Amino acid sequence: MKKLSARRRHPLAAVVVLLFALAVTGGLYAAFAPADKAKADDTAQSLAIEEGKKLYSVGCASCHGTGGQGSSDGPSLVGVGSAAVDFQVATGRMPLQQQGAQAPRKKAIYSQAEIDQLAAYIASLGAGPVAPTKSQYSPDGADIAKGGELFRTNCAQCHNFVGKGGALSNGKFAPSLENVNPKHIYEAMQTGPQNMPSFPDTTMSEKNKKDIVAYLGAVNSSKSENPGGLELGGFGPVSEGLFAWVFGLGALVAVAIWVAARTAKAKKS
Amino acid sequence: MSTATDNRRKAPAGERVADWADGRLGIYSLAKANMRKIFPDHWSFMLGEVCLYSFLIIILTGVYLTLFFHPSMNEVVYHGSYVPMQGMRMSEAYKSTLDISFDIRGGLLLRQIHHWAALVFLAAMMLHMMRVFFTGAFRKPREINWLFGFLLLVLGTFTGFTGYGLPDDLLSGTGIRIAQGLILSIPLVGTYISMFLFGGEFPGTDFVARFYSIHILLLPGIMLGLVVAHLILVVYHKHTQFPGPGRTEKNVVGMPLMPVYMAKAGGFFFLVFGVIAAIAAIATINPVWAMGPYRPDQVSTNAQPDWYLGMSEGIFRAMPGWEINIAGHTLVLGVFIPLLIFGLVLTAMAVYPFLESWVTGDKREHHLLDRPRNAPTRTAFGVAWLVMYGVGLVNGGNDLWATHFHLSVNSVTWFVRITFFTAPIVAFIVTRRICLGLQRRDRDKVLHGRESGIIKRLPHGEFVEVHEPLSQDQLFTLTSHEQPKPLELEPEVDENGVTRKAGASQRLRAKLSKGFYGEGTHIPKPTAEEYHEITSGHGHH
Repeated sequence: MKKLSARRRHPLAAVVVLLFALAVTGGLYAAFAPADKAKADDTAQSLAIEEGKKLYSVGCASCHGTGGQGSSDGPSLVGVGSAAVDFQVATGRMPLQQQGAQAPRKKAIYSQAEIDQLAAYIASLGAGPVAPTKSQYSPDGADIAKGGELFRTNCAQCHNFVGKGGALSNGKFAPSLENVNPKHIYEAMQTGPQNMPSFPDTTMSEKNKKDIVAYLGAVNSSKSENPGGLELGGFGPVSEGLFAWVFGLGALVAVAIWVAARTAKAKKS
Repeated sequence: MSTATDNRRKAPAGERVADWADGRLGIYSLAKANMRKIFPDHWSFMLGEVCLYSFLIIILTGVYLTLFFHPSMNEVVYHGSYVPMQGMRMSEAYKSTLDISFDIRGGLLLRQIHHWAALVFLAAMMLHMMRVFFTGAFRKPREINWLFGFLLLVLGTFTGFTGYGLPDDLLSGTGIRIAQGLILSIPLVGTYISMFLFGGEFPGTDFVARFYSIHILLLPGIMLGLVVAHLILVVYHKHTQFPGPGRTEKNVVGMPLMPVYMAKAGGFFFLVFGVIAAIAAIATINPVWAMGPYRPDQVSTNAQPDWYLGMSEGIFRAMPGWEINIAGHTLVLGVFIPLLIFGLVLTAMAVYPFLESWVTGDKREHHLLDRPRNAPTRTAFGVAWLVMYGVGLVNGGNDLWATHFHLSVNSVTWFVRITFFTAPIVAFIVTRRICLGLQRRDRDKVLHGRESGIIKRLPHGEFVEVHEPLSQDQLFTLTSHEQPKPLELEPEVDENGVTRKAGASQRLRAKLSKGFYGEGTHIPKPTAEEYHEITSGHGHH
């Protein structure tokens, strides 16, 4: 203490005290200022909307209109929600390559960060389905059998028994669901893209959607088992019939020719 | 026959057993009569064997499946080893099919062998039938056997369909539902037949058990009888053979049943079994676990029948949904007309031998086969029929054509609606022309020899190709067929001045006969004089 009191009139003492005071107030401020964090988030959100709007003006506005109001070339995006944007852009369906019966799935050209910005901008135009979080679509704790029943009741008439895809009228089609990201399956059910009906939570609960996603993961993904051998596309009796004619009967005809060619011929000298 | 009284030397055990059996069954005379039976050699004559063996394989594997299948529509809850179905309510039939697939040793393999063998059986019957048709093997005396074969094809189709319906999965149930729709479309009696067959409204609780009896007892029983009759007739008529030197309508040139065909046919059975078993081990067929249990409120795309009903499925898909109402009764033409067309297409095949023998007036026995080119009208009919069948079959999978070739399913359907009627006509004309072209080629070959590919330069600079003359055997084979003349109507006024008008059917017959054998239906085959004129002196021209 003697040392301290001896130096309290030292020319630099005031500077030291000032540094202490600044450190304490700064520390306290940092510890007790959660309001500031929220404020920072707000900024990020508006920043995302800002960035999304820029991306939108470059990549989407020519068809969907400068403010997302739609045009003769593309529908209005007001109220479609972030889930629709994430589905369409992340599966490569948007931006559209050319007008046609249906937008096919292709390589996504935007990064996930950019897609989130686009989604933020579109979501800001009007309330709509929100892109799901991982806990909503992950198959943990889902009832696979129930999902199968729901799938056969609501989806199989277009997508086939286990989601191998099928034809719709005039060149449209229900795409194969093999190895589709669970998040996108969930979003498709939420938003009903293209020719698909939508299944909002009021029609099909979150739990049911999760069950369906889990069912598809179990029966139609790279992890699902094929106990019977080659699947032949999983398209039912048509591919089986083709296989039976080409490989079944084809092989048997080849064998018949082989057997007939090897005969006990009487050798004439 | 017994040698028992002679005690000096004991006969070998095998001989004694044979003696014992002969004393009771008369096997020696039976064997003497049949063991040396001659069969001609050609790979296409073995297609019938493929049918027979796949039929046997179906019966053998089917018996195994009956040990574990429960033909019952009682509702149970699944707790077996296939996880995605656990806790589902389903019929006992479907549950036992899942159990066969997952919980019974060898069950899935045998189920797959059974089903693959069924597809191969029907396909082989079709191919066998084409062979018989295009070579004219259905002619007298084999018309009845043609009908037996036809019945086997039709019954095989029904047996296949009832088997497809048994597991009570979503695919089979949808198929049964379509069949019920067909039945309902039959005027007047449709609803009664449906109520009778299903024991009330569809689906009811009876049809699996009923289809089971039909599938494992009634139809295979009839088919087995027909197969035996078919084979007895083959032995009785003796096998047909392709024309060639030394082969006549009165002999059969080939190898004896014992030992050659015993070994060949016996070995061939195992080859057929091996091929089908290999396919069953490699490729899935009817993955019932993926379909789910049948519920009338559910349906899936890709719900097609097995291939042998694909043609009927195709014409249903192509038919516009016409419907008329007569005095309060609905007549569903959109379903009934395709049903009729399917029946007519099949019937056309059944009656063709009788039609041809009536048109051509040919009542002789035929044991020598025709080369398809030498019967251009028949060949053209056959190809036209196949094209019609094929177009229908294509539309049976119209959705898969659409998705895999990026077409519109509507365009596929319209294409089929038009080509179902036009393509057979085009095929008929084209085939006949191809046959005539081949006849011309045969004629050239006979008269001028085979093109050898050797180019010779003559002293004055001309290049010619050397043609090798054919051997006597080849000449015989190419010229031994006959070229029938069309039937002529008898003159309306005979030599006594009595007027005798030909009836309408006679006139039609003469007209058809002219179409079969008249002008432009064949290239006159070279005569011996033509041949001598060309081959004498100049060698080539």
